[in-house]
Amino acid sequence: MRKNIGLKIFAGLVFAFLLVPLFIIIVTSFGTNSTIQFPIKGFTLDWYSKVFDNEAFMDSFFLSLQVAFFATLLALIIGVPAAYSLARHKVFGRNWIKSFFLSPTIVPGLVVGYAMYQFIVIKFQFPIIQGLFLGHFLICLPYVIRVVGSTIEQLDFSIEEVSWTLGCTKLQAFIKVVLPNITSGIFASFMLAFINSFNNIPVSQFLSGPGVTMLPTSLMNYIEYNYDPSVSALSVILMLGTIVLMYVIEKTLGLASIS
Amino acid sequence: MSYVELKDIRVSYDNKANILKDLNLSIEKGELVSLLGPSGCGKTTTLRVIAGLIEPNDGEFLVDTQNLTKVPVHKREFGMVFQSYALFPHLTIKENVAFGLKLRKEKKNSIEKKVKDILAITGLEELGDRYPKQLSGGQRQRVALARALVIEPKLLLLDEPLSNLDAKLRLAMRIEIKRIQRQLGITSVFVTHDQEECFSISDRVAVMNKGVIEQFDTPEEIYNNPKTEFVARFIGFENFFELTPTEEWNYKAIDGTVFHSTRDWEPGKHTGTIRPDDIEITRNSKQTENNMVSGIIKVRTFLGKSYQYEVETPIGKLLANKTDDVVYQVGDEVTLSMPSHKLIIV
Repeated sequence: MRKNIGLKIFAGLVFAFLLVPLFIIIVTSFGTNSTIQFPIKGFTLDWYSKVFDNEAFMDSFFLSLQVAFFATLLALIIGVPAAYSLARHKVFGRNWIKSFFLSPTIVPGLVVGYAMYQFIVIKFQFPIIQGLFLGHFLICLPYVIRVVGSTIEQLDFSIEEVSWTLGCTKLQAFIKVVLPNITSGIFASFMLAFINSFNNIPVSQFLSGPGVTMLPTSLMNYIEYNYDPSVSALSVILMLGTIVLMYVIEKTLGLASIS
Repeated sequence: MSYVELKDIRVSYDNKANILKDLNLSIEKGELVSLLGPSGCGKTTTLRVIAGLIEPNDGEFLVDTQNLTKVPVHKREFGMVFQSYALFPHLTIKENVAFGLKLRKEKKNSIEKKVKDILAITGLEELGDRYPKQLSGGQRQRVALARALVIEPKLLLLDEPLSNLDAKLRLAMRIEIKRIQRQLGITSVFVTHDQEECFSISDRVAVMNKGVIEQFDTPEEIYNNPKTEFVARFIGFENFFELTPTEEWNYKAIDGTVFHSTRDWEPGKHTGTIRPDDIEITRNSKQTENNMVSGIIKVRTFLGKSYQYEVETPIGKLLANKTDDVVYQVGDEVTLSMPSHKLIIV
């Protein structure tokens, strides 16, 4: 019992360490002070309306959203079949390929960003939007291949074999039997990839150009010249968005695993 | 020609070692044939060749005079039951069973009727709307069977379907499988490593070893009359000793004792074998007669209804079982006699 109490206190401290800064940001976003200060003097919602009035924020927010969404979608379209072949077929150098797909999560983001800059912008001279889209697709792909791949590996291979004996071609088996049973992996990898793309700074920084700014960049630019609580307000909105997204996915996933 | 024919099937994964070599097997219509053998003997590979999941390197596979060697698995129309049952977790029991029929684009009410009928035969009427994970092992097993049977397959293939069930359920299920197989008259191939299970369910048994069929016979014939040493060992003959044939049906052991066997005589065979249950054990009689050998008890093991004695004799170590009406001690000198109709030469 005593050991348990010690553990609880420790866990409580860790949570406090993680959550208190977030709490402070939430509080400051409602403050009447003109800079981010804690504690706050009065209560106002002005900073929120200021965020929505700020065109730079809004433009970059929707751009980030679009890039993250379509990059993740493309990563799924290409990554799911790739993950399937890696899991099911004797691909030459399979373990090498798997480690390779882990590498973008190990290599520092700045290096990845710089490498992409060299290729996408300097060598192939992609238009900015397409370049950003391609770069983010490359960030998303490893997450899809890793997460979906491990879900497929956990799936009993004989359910595919049995569907063949019942008359499915390999493609039909993939659509009717494999896909419905890896939805959790697909959702999880979508979330991971989407959030990573949305939050990514180095790649966005290197690949964006005049007139095209992603949300994290736009936020950083703003903080450089202004230190007002609209930054806190934007952060709260983003947190709220993530929470809603998580909740929805938890709900749909929960339903999917029951049915 | 038989209904199912495997002709000179050879399977090799790396073209060096053969998993199956020149395998021949003929199965009659409506028969239930088991492939029996230890793990790695090639029995599952044989089943997968039949199913079309493995393409043989050489040989031909025919069903009903049609050559199916190159026909892909999804066009063969065989029902298969896997060891893990392999039910689709995202579908209800009804949907699982209807899966094959829907692929055949059958009419909706025809599908419904067939599913209802097969669920009745397999005793699953009440469970149609549940999901696989809500069922017990035995129930899942029956769903897997129903799903394989509902497409009215030309052949039913069962890959160790009972090995994940507990002992009591296994017994009930094998009777169930036999009943359904008889009722529908469906030609079946059953893979197992369990001798008792195999004998109780099969019309004929193919005992396999290292990619070769050692013997293909009725269960009674295999039990009573094994043709090779491997088959004899696999089905419980534990005593083996060298003999030299002298004339037909007569042999001499290494210590000079004469053995006589009334079983099939084939020239060239020279290993005597007998079950521990078939050896008669008596106190040392000092007399030397044919089919008798004396020795000293080295180990005694209690088996429940009988004792097993390990006896050191001039022709080797022999195992003999005897009920507990007379109990011998370790160190006792005894005489073992082997009735000539029980002594088999392999």
